[in-house]
Amino acid sequence: MLESDNNLHKRSFDIEGGNFTNAGTVSTRIKSILKEIGLPDTVVRRSAIVCYEAEINIVSYAKKGVINLTVTPETVEIEAIDEGQGIPNIELAMQPGYSTANQQIREMGFGAGMGLHNINTYADIFDITSEVNKGTHLKMIIKKH
Amino acid sequence: MDIAAIVNQLNLKVRSGKDRLNNNVTGGYTGDLLSDVMANSSAGDVWITRQIHQNIVAVASLKEHAAIILVSSCEPAKETLERAQQENMPIMVSDLPAFELTGKIFNLLAAEK
Repeated sequence: MLESDNNLHKRSFDIEGGNFTNAGTVSTRIKSILKEIGLPDTVVRRSAIVCYEAEINIVSYAKKGVINLTVTPETVEIEAIDEGQGIPNIELAMQPGYSTANQQIREMGFGAGMGLHNINTYADIFDITSEVNKGTHLKMIIKKH
Repeated sequence: MDIAAIVNQLNLKVRSGKDRLNNNVTGGYTGDLLSDVMANSSAGDVWITRQIHQNIVAVASLKEHAAIILVSSCEPAKETLERAQQENMPIMVSDLPAFELTGKIFNLLAAEK
């Protein structure tokens, strides 16, 4: 695939941990990019949901992180890589309702323990790896067709 | 049904997005857990909540909600209003609690079908 190919978009966005003021702005940007490309509404919406959950997780639990967006002719790929506390038990973290969020996060309506579960529901392919006290790496793929 | 009709019939106070009151409302969703709203609400919904912080605007905007309605006379935070103006998202305030407001809006939308 050539870089000049219109079907291939690659962008990277930095996320600051703990900054709830800007939480969601990267997802909003990515959603407008996908809309401008002219992807089907359902693909744009599913991408926005998984991206938002990944972004909120970085803001809630990590020192900092990055979200990479790659649009290929067949897929939208969203990667969220953070430096943070990591997840000791991924199987447990995937269970709906399980959360380690503190009171401040919960009072804002985050930390319901639905984030990873939502990502798993809305992404066609979801890979997660994590190392305690290092960070977490999410890879989410949404098929265009 | 547009937002203006709901505003008039339920005496809602409009706090932002005055020029978007012609947004079409196709349904509604009530909830204060942002992930729940992210996962289960639909485009065109009015979102009924008592969360007042600015993150509600990002959720409503990402989900393409028609408007946000705050219940029990909760006023949006200053940052929420600023964000809502940037995103052109209507926010209204009702003096009713979530249960009653949801029932009334449900009936308005049902009567239209």
